[in-house]
Amino acid sequence: MMHTSQGQEWLDVDLKVEKGGFSTFFGESGAGKTTLLRIVAGLTDPAEGYIEVDGEVWFDSKRKINLPVQQRKVGFVFQDYSLFPNMTVRENIRYALADKNQENIIDGWLAAMDLKGLEHERPQKISGGQKQRVALVRALVSSPKILLLDEPLSALDVNLRLKLQDEILKIYQKTKITTILVSHDLSEVFKLSQRVLVLEQGKIVKSGQPHEVFSNQNLSGKFKFVGTIVDIQKDAILSIITVQIGNNLTKVVATDEELKDLKVGDKVVVASKAFNPLLMKYDGR
Amino acid sequence: MLNDLQPLFLTFELAAITTLILVVLGIPLAYWIAFSKSKLKYIVEPLVSMPLVLPPTVLGFYILLAFSPKYFLGHYLESTFDIRIAFSFVGLVIGSVFFSLPFMVNPIKSGFENFPVSLIEASYVLGKSKWETLIKVILPNIKPALFAGFVMAFAHTIGEFGVVLMVGGNIPGETRVASIAIFSEVEALNYDKANFYSLILVAISFCILFGFYYFNRKSVKIF
Repeated sequence: MMHTSQGQEWLDVDLKVEKGGFSTFFGESGAGKTTLLRIVAGLTDPAEGYIEVDGEVWFDSKRKINLPVQQRKVGFVFQDYSLFPNMTVRENIRYALADKNQENIIDGWLAAMDLKGLEHERPQKISGGQKQRVALVRALVSSPKILLLDEPLSALDVNLRLKLQDEILKIYQKTKITTILVSHDLSEVFKLSQRVLVLEQGKIVKSGQPHEVFSNQNLSGKFKFVGTIVDIQKDAILSIITVQIGNNLTKVVATDEELKDLKVGDKVVVASKAFNPLLMKYDGR
Repeated sequence: MLNDLQPLFLTFELAAITTLILVVLGIPLAYWIAFSKSKLKYIVEPLVSMPLVLPPTVLGFYILLAFSPKYFLGHYLESTFDIRIAFSFVGLVIGSVFFSLPFMVNPIKSGFENFPVSLIEASYVLGKSKWETLIKVILPNIKPALFAGFVMAFAHTIGEFGVVLMVGGNIPGETRVASIAIFSEVEALNYDKANFYSLILVAISFCILFGFYYFNRKSVKIF
């Protein structure tokens, strides 16, 4: 049972994640993604169930097994970074080291993540993107079995997000650590994950490779948008209908036949076969 | 002169010892109340705060009863260890610990309760025990709350009267603290001496509270 903004909801899932793979829990907020991640980490106890990782049972309600969070060896990156304010960047990372003689590991990571000059700063003094990188390094230095990322980039602006996506991908390719990402950002899912599990109201409704999961039903070279008619201009042969789709206005021609039962304010579907649509980089204007 | 100062020294000795004991007792108790899921805490929490509302004489009366040689605990302590709690400095310390308990526990409890859970979870995920998390993550980040507990417990112990009078009586050099000394000097119409003690208490209390508010305002707000 999980508590969401919509009230209580049962979270009921059965899933497997490949060792060494990059998987994503995708869904609306309140779908149970974060709860699921917390259950894997041992931060939330499920009412019943079974969790096995790499041959080791982490949770089994039947046999009353519940491996404490401290012994699960997961790396967890929280949405709010959760860096310790009383420690510097370096101290935050050192705190995570199981073997304190491995200071040189810290130096390697600091250099790789472009954090060298900030190592003696407190987390309050560094930017969101830098905090996120520190949180990533902190989660990785203890060589966890699984890396769990709870919407790690959701608080960052688009450019920074893209950059950090690259970095996460780089780290993943370097370490090949089993990674589970929680995200509601489609482009992130496509860019990062090999496998996506779509959660809706506490259930997994679809899973597979991102392009299989998200592309099948709409992949017919067709544009299809729902909009509202804001204006109809009658002409001799054809009428011009202005439709608002999102924040954009578009003009569509319609025959008298099509216009018969349409009026201003109606919801309509604008569809078109587009064999060769133009793609241009969007510069925000 | 030194004889005159004795009640003041005794007052600060009492406050210091009481605060020290309360640090040891208060932090674990505050931690337990803040984080325990046990239903028992709904009983313990009001008990801790009882000295805030009860007349100090009530507390003093029961402590006196408990440690009276006529009853079990007092009798046991006296016959087995030859310790007499009632009307002794040790009795004062015990009374003060109870009486100042909420002043130590409540601010620290609030500090624990307002501490972001995700930071505690982050520490657990990194494999750190509850103890290590408390020492290295929680306590260093709730220094203002700890400071408030220390200062309030200390200052409040200086200001005690009722409990001290009930449990300790008025034995010079043993239980005659400043607040009692003022009372008995006024009774003996020695207004100059009463004024002497009173002024010193006013000055010291002001300095403690001034320092407390000044430094707490300056302490960096991190959340």
